[in-house]
Amino acid sequence: MTAVELSYWQQTVFRVLGVLVAVILPAGGFVYVFLFKMMSFMQSRLGPMEAGPYGSMQLLAEVGKFLQKEDIVPEKADRRLFFLAPYIVLASTFLLLVVMPFGPDAYFTNLDTGIFLAMGLSSISVIGILIAGWASASKYALIGGLRAAGQLIAYELPMVLAVVGVVIQAGTLNLQGIVTAQHSGEIFGFGGIGNPFIITQLVGFFVFLTATQAELTQTPFDMPVAESEIVTGYITEYSGLRFLLFFIGEFATAGAFAAIAATLFLGGWAVPFVDLDDDIMNIAGPLVLFGKMMLVGFLIFWVRFTFPRFREDQLQAFAWKFLIPISLVNILATMVLKVAF
Amino acid sequence: MSDFLRDYLTVGIFGLVGAGLVGLLLGVGSLLRPTRPQPEKYINYESGVDPVGSQWGQSQVRYYIFALLFVMFDVEAVFIFPFATRVDAYGWFGLVEMVVFIVILALGLLYAWKKKVLRWV
Repeated sequence: MTAVELSYWQQTVFRVLGVLVAVILPAGGFVYVFLFKMMSFMQSRLGPMEAGPYGSMQLLAEVGKFLQKEDIVPEKADRRLFFLAPYIVLASTFLLLVVMPFGPDAYFTNLDTGIFLAMGLSSISVIGILIAGWASASKYALIGGLRAAGQLIAYELPMVLAVVGVVIQAGTLNLQGIVTAQHSGEIFGFGGIGNPFIITQLVGFFVFLTATQAELTQTPFDMPVAESEIVTGYITEYSGLRFLLFFIGEFATAGAFAAIAATLFLGGWAVPFVDLDDDIMNIAGPLVLFGKMMLVGFLIFWVRFTFPRFREDQLQAFAWKFLIPISLVNILATMVLKVAF
Repeated sequence: MSDFLRDYLTVGIFGLVGAGLVGLLLGVGSLLRPTRPQPEKYINYESGVDPVGSQWGQSQVRYYIFALLFVMFDVEAVFIFPFATRVDAYGWFGLVEMVVFIVILALGLLYAWKKKVLRWV
């Protein structure tokens, strides 16, 4: 419990600062730890080493470089839509984090619609991507935008259906409630470590992570930005700072989805054996969540650096003929078990 | 204002913060970056050769039918979520109802599958 009562605008200032950290820190962390370092080590090289110790200041150097780049808008482009697209993509990333809980009192909003709202708001980015692809007035961008739209809607379904399994087990859509349900849960009467839903919803976790991979257009599912055939898809005509904004959006969304996966399946900010109402969790909670988020991020990028790209038709077939049926079966099985026990 | 509305106001504020960050970065960038316009810079990228034909060239959208299927399944998700939070309260009765609902949807998917809608055309 906080000792001082803050007025609404004061809380809002804290939340705005909090969400800026919650967007920029995971985005920066993912790019440095996974994209720069992990990928380099997997390819037997060192990655950036010059800027700062072990190249840790490389990100600042990159941002400084992009800030100085000339702003180029193709003359044939639909200028207003071209300018609008990055706003929509980044706004959708920020909206994704609205419902995330970081500790017993550390949350942005404690909405009862929780995860449902987050799933809905996450799909706004499709509109931004489609606008970007269309407004660029480039053949590559148009094809990339359409592919992205087809892929994002196809993989949104398995993602939503995978979440249903968790919701059935927890009995609530509220993310704080889902964390509580995992902390106080029992596995066949044994309540020692609670019940992180990854144990009972392993299928759901697999489907959710696969769908996340596709929503982020990470490598096995990177047909929309396939560099060997359509350059970089919908961001082909975006250069300099506007490209950086799409890039930040992509990695911040990766962080947000990893945090959601950690909250839904790995117990969120809670730690076993530590009381949920403990004040210390307001400080330790965000760190615990960050650790779990990096773990999920590791899985996402491990897959990204390992697998070759799916063909477009394989990609659609995988969503419709494999992921959706097994997530429907998962829902049915979870319901039956929930009612039976 | 009630807490409920304030929570949703926060949702709106977060959207504005996201858009504001974009505006801020682009604003800072516009102070720092050079502007040296040359007509060649503003031609669309088409692998280094001059662009051919209309930029919004016609292409076959092969998966528009998936979009229709998507609408169907997304609406279904809206119905499943409220039930999912109340599985315990409805017990076996609710379970049977929901199984019927999901089986009908699965039949729809199966029908689309058999009609070769899910195939790459």
